[in-house]
Amino acid sequence: MIDRPLLSVRGLTKRYGDRLGCLDVGFDLWPGEVLGIVGESGSGKTTVLRCLAGGIEATAGWAEFVERDGTVVDVLRLPEAARRRLARTDWAMVQQNPRDGLRMNVTAGANIGEPLMAVGARHYGHIRAAALQWLTQVEIPCDRIDDLPTAFSGGMQQRLQIARCLVTRPRLVFMDEPTGGLDVSVQARLLDLLRGLANELRLSALVVTHDLAVARLLAHRLLVMRGGEIVEAGLTDRVLDDPQHPYTQLLVSSVLQP
Amino acid sequence: MSRDTAICIRDLEKSFTLHTQGGVTLPVLRGVNLDVAHGECAVLTDPSGSGKSTLLRAVYANYAPQRGQILVRHAGGVVDMVSAGHREIQEVRRRTMGYVSQFLRVIPRVPAVDVVAEPLRALGHAPSDALERAQQMLRRLRLPERLWNLSPVTFSGGEQQRVNLARALIAGYSILLLDEPTASLDADDRSLVVELIVEARRAGAAVLGTVHDADVRDAVATRLVRLAALRPA
Repeated sequence: MIDRPLLSVRGLTKRYGDRLGCLDVGFDLWPGEVLGIVGESGSGKTTVLRCLAGGIEATAGWAEFVERDGTVVDVLRLPEAARRRLARTDWAMVQQNPRDGLRMNVTAGANIGEPLMAVGARHYGHIRAAALQWLTQVEIPCDRIDDLPTAFSGGMQQRLQIARCLVTRPRLVFMDEPTGGLDVSVQARLLDLLRGLANELRLSALVVTHDLAVARLLAHRLLVMRGGEIVEAGLTDRVLDDPQHPYTQLLVSSVLQP
Repeated sequence: MSRDTAICIRDLEKSFTLHTQGGVTLPVLRGVNLDVAHGECAVLTDPSGSGKSTLLRAVYANYAPQRGQILVRHAGGVVDMVSAGHREIQEVRRRTMGYVSQFLRVIPRVPAVDVVAEPLRALGHAPSDALERAQQMLRRLRLPERLWNLSPVTFSGGEQQRVNLARALIAGYSILLLDEPTASLDADDRSLVVELIVEARRAGAAVLGTVHDADVRDAVATRLVRLAALRPA
């Protein structure tokens, strides 16, 4: 195991013209660590995620990622082809809306099989076996393998997306409000599943959420963002039980207790 | 820090500034010095509201003190829980220190037996081995077997507390922090828990805790400590 961060971010800044997306964001993500970014909408948390995972070009800063062979690359300055290769092999992105992460017009099995084929798998039997194994892992009945995702419930779609993301064994997973659109009862099941998989596969993950309960259960460590900047960082239980910054205190004290 | 000292607290200060309530500052701990040795059970006896739980949480690095040191013996070395980085704190929690609060926080769907097995899994034990030892621990704490595969969310206070205790005792930590470990238990279960705590202490664990119940306190404590007496006048 390498004893250095998988991803090191420093000075990450994004300006949309006059408007600030994020300013001087810095953190390390360690192997096997789930790091949560919390804050209200407009706090810049999704901007940070998109600058790193792709989709938005950062204005300044750097983000060093350690590849499987030990090569260090600055993901903010990666040529598009190299970025796409990483996205196929080492990274995965779990979208808030499963429709953005799935291909809705091909079967569940194909949704899981495609990423494998993109990294070179050709044997139909192996691909189908992997798809069945992953359906089981995300608790979707195997007899649904030939159904289209459109026939699935929201919770099942989200679990299918997770299978599609993890089948290639990525080393870094980005998640944008992974339980966002789901019913509370389905959320708990998904959280349990994600937590189990993160432990089992020693995933490193960057999870953006506005839900502090989700953050508590999933993340080892939290970054609290406000107005584009990190205002507090620390172990999840410390940040939530003994918040130091006025904004974190406001966030924590604003949560409604059922 | 002498060889058999497990916890060494020096000049600890902890206050809370409530920014959402006009910035008022509540001083809770000031100038606290306390040593706890391996094989010792120190029970804090101050009245409620005097900072006993705050001290336990600070030792676990759940709360962040403003000043002072909390040195703990860990993996042959010493770690200051006040200034240590997050990775070091996580290691101390994984290998050395268990904490039992009065509350159990769990994911709704995870069965009690898995909640208890988790600390062993985190230490790298095989799933079957961790499961078996979790079952033994739950049997010992007399949690009815029909509850093992249910999530503790719907358990009674006493049942939840036993799950909490099982989780803290299963990994054989050398430091145990117990915040009212017997608060919701009936007399039979209390004596069972006393037995387990005494056993852990005799095996060399350093125990620091709060126990309201006088009988339990007399049975587990090797030393009674008053925070008020630890502060400089």
